[in-house]
Amino acid sequence: MSTPESQLKEKQQVAVEAGKRLIATEEQTTYAKILDIGMKIGLIAIIVAFFLYAFGILSPKIPVTEVSKYWGMKSHDYLEAVNIQSGWSWLSMYKHGDFLNFFPIAFLAGLTIVCYVAIIPSLIRKKDAIYAVLALLEVLVLLGAASGLLAAGGH
Amino acid sequence: MRVSRTIITAVIFFTSLFILATEPALASGISKNATSASGTQWWIWPALLFIVTLAMGIVAVLAGVGGGVLFTPIIGGFFPFNMDFVRAAGLIVALSGSLAAGPGLLKKGMADLRLAIPVALIASSAAIVGAMIGLALPDNITQTSLGIAILAIVAIMLLAKKSEYPEVKKADSLSSALRITGIYHEAATGQNINWKIHRTPQGLITFIFIGIMAGMFGLGAGWANVPVLNLMMGAPLKVSVATSKFLLSITDTSAAWVYINKGAVIPMIIVPSVVGIMLGSFIGVRLLAKTKPSAIKIIVIALLAFSGLRALLKGTGIWT
Repeated sequence: MSTPESQLKEKQQVAVEAGKRLIATEEQTTYAKILDIGMKIGLIAIIVAFFLYAFGILSPKIPVTEVSKYWGMKSHDYLEAVNIQSGWSWLSMYKHGDFLNFFPIAFLAGLTIVCYVAIIPSLIRKKDAIYAVLALLEVLVLLGAASGLLAAGGH
Repeated sequence: MRVSRTIITAVIFFTSLFILATEPALASGISKNATSASGTQWWIWPALLFIVTLAMGIVAVLAGVGGGVLFTPIIGGFFPFNMDFVRAAGLIVALSGSLAAGPGLLKKGMADLRLAIPVALIASSAAIVGAMIGLALPDNITQTSLGIAILAIVAIMLLAKKSEYPEVKKADSLSSALRITGIYHEAATGQNINWKIHRTPQGLITFIFIGIMAGMFGLGAGWANVPVLNLMMGAPLKVSVATSKFLLSITDTSAAWVYINKGAVIPMIIVPSVVGIMLGSFIGVRLLAKTKPSAIKIIVIALLAFSGLRALLKGTGIWT
């Protein structure tokens, strides 16, 4: 019969082994690596894009002096007032400093989708079917939100 | 010391640069007299926004709360921006903070992906619904609801207890099926903490409400995530805090997309806020060792209570 002391030692050994396994989990490391690189790129890009806009290096669609006319409006009224379509119309306005800022914002918002897509193969390989399905569902939910389809019924 | 000086220099440099950049005469050569709807020089607001969010980033770290929960009520209550833009900015602020913290928390094994994935799926789906509700509601109702929500959060902050290592006698069948269990290394004691969770179905249902509130009000949801993960589901406090921080990067992403797609994005509001909060957080981390977090936390709770009251009175038309 094992003593409480030996039981504790055994438990600690299991904990150390399991801890190593957990910290080194392939999908968690993959997720962290992609998030790390993407987050740094996105945050640098957001500052660069803003300075290109604020310094007038790329001319904005809405002059900086006129932005304050719109920031008190509901977003729906703002879009109508400046004659801009909702959704992904900003993609075609990359030459304007203000809309260039949408790119790093969308990049940061899209990063989680990339991270999830990257861990799915590892989950499938490990035959972790439930988590592979959950990860896939999350990708679909985020893609639905990003596509604008899930918000189509709004204002 | 050297790092502190570098951070302070960076803040002064960025503030000066920002004010210069947003000064219309320098930025685009257009009339210097352009004013906002409230009659103030337009550039005052983004410059002030940067300074306020910088301060917010500092106190958020010192008080141990997320920047997102401070951002929406304070900026929504005291700045001339519509709540649509404030909530979108609030989500992107919380998203940026969690994206920045996420890699470190995952690598150290503090944030747990197996715990986060099922919770995130529910919270992020609910956040989309919340964002759609928020965008569809009239401003006065949003403000009133935000005021009530913030006052409730204040009550949670004051009343909720925390448990370093909650006692979980037996993992429930759902968490066992999902194999949500883990071990993390507690650096303070050098021990490896073995943990499991219980009441998983109840916890997941609660995350539906948390997700809706996060999306609807543009609040980071750490204030709710931590008590549910820690007290209800029984995850250790450090795992709960880390997983909650990481969770925001998923929950807020889905709601942020709804706001982006609905055009509720004004870079002049979002970028100074994100940069201000991030710089403030770096300074806050440096100051953490030299301040009394409990005193700061009382100030933050008082500030939140005042902002909640302001939103409530603004929404009901008593204090516009």
